[in-house]
Amino acid sequence: MLRFFLLMGFFLTAQPVLAETPESVLASIKSEASGTPGFKGFSAERGEAFYKSKHGGEWSCSSCHTDNPAAEGKHAKTGKLIQPLAPAANAERFTDMKKVNKWFKRNCNDVLDRECTAQEKGDVLTYLLTVK
Amino acid sequence: MKTGFAKGIVIALLAAGMVMPVAHADDDDDEGFFSKRNKIRYGGENRGKPLQPANINPKFQQECSECHIAYVPGLMSAESWRRVMAGLDQHFGSDASIDAQENQEITDYLVSNASNRWSAPTAPLRITEAAWFKRMHGSHEIPPRVWKNPKINSPANCAVCHPDAVFGEFDEDGLVLPR
Repeated sequence: MLRFFLLMGFFLTAQPVLAETPESVLASIKSEASGTPGFKGFSAERGEAFYKSKHGGEWSCSSCHTDNPAAEGKHAKTGKLIQPLAPAANAERFTDMKKVNKWFKRNCNDVLDRECTAQEKGDVLTYLLTVK
Repeated sequence: MKTGFAKGIVIALLAAGMVMPVAHADDDDDEGFFSKRNKIRYGGENRGKPLQPANINPKFQQECSECHIAYVPGLMSAESWRRVMAGLDQHFGSDASIDAQENQEITDYLVSNASNRWSAPTAPLRITEAAWFKRMHGSHEIPPRVWKNPKINSPANCAVCHPDAVFGEFDEDGLVLPR
């Protein structure tokens, strides 16, 4: 019996963590945003405008990811190829929360010189999910 | 009898040592035991060899190749790598920060595989600032127009001209200048 429980414990902990989906990532950003007063949901339109404009700095999101998030991008500085950002064009996008957080932190600092709010991140992901 | 034998061995070793450095005096890639210690090149700002270790750290490979190629650790001094890794949040104009644990693992890998021929007390942040790099890529070696080729874009793109740069292979034989 003890052995059974040990074995069960082993299988349960050895189970790989289920990967997130873009929808579950969006849901998690949403629960973060709901904490802010006046939150009224995300908007793809607002996300698109945010994605395509500069925010005081030299770059916008589209500087590297191009105006079409379903297309391949290119690092504005090193020229390295960047796989498409839109989940419809690249199934790996927004399936790993750690990676999502890492890149939002980096890229928001590069584009806005600060971290993005949950509202901004949610708007952008909502927009990216509309791109086919 | 015993001391005479030992003396003989010492003399033989000394003789071999005196001949060795002369044999490869002009070979920059020479890894001879004596020449490595005696020959200071590029004012002590020399890259090391071998460049990319066989036991490449997967974290290093993954994280450092996201925006550029994962530069081989032997291109820089240990202190340079420490400085680079301590300033990832402002990495040549971009935020390239990673979590503390990953940072430590990658720093350890870079430091323990850094250049073994770097003796100067300097620690540049850019590979292109090292004396060995400047010497090998100056206008006497590479005409300035080559650098203006849009395919190169930046001297940081080693792999455009050195296709096997990621493995630490920069031999002149494999050089491909884009047209």
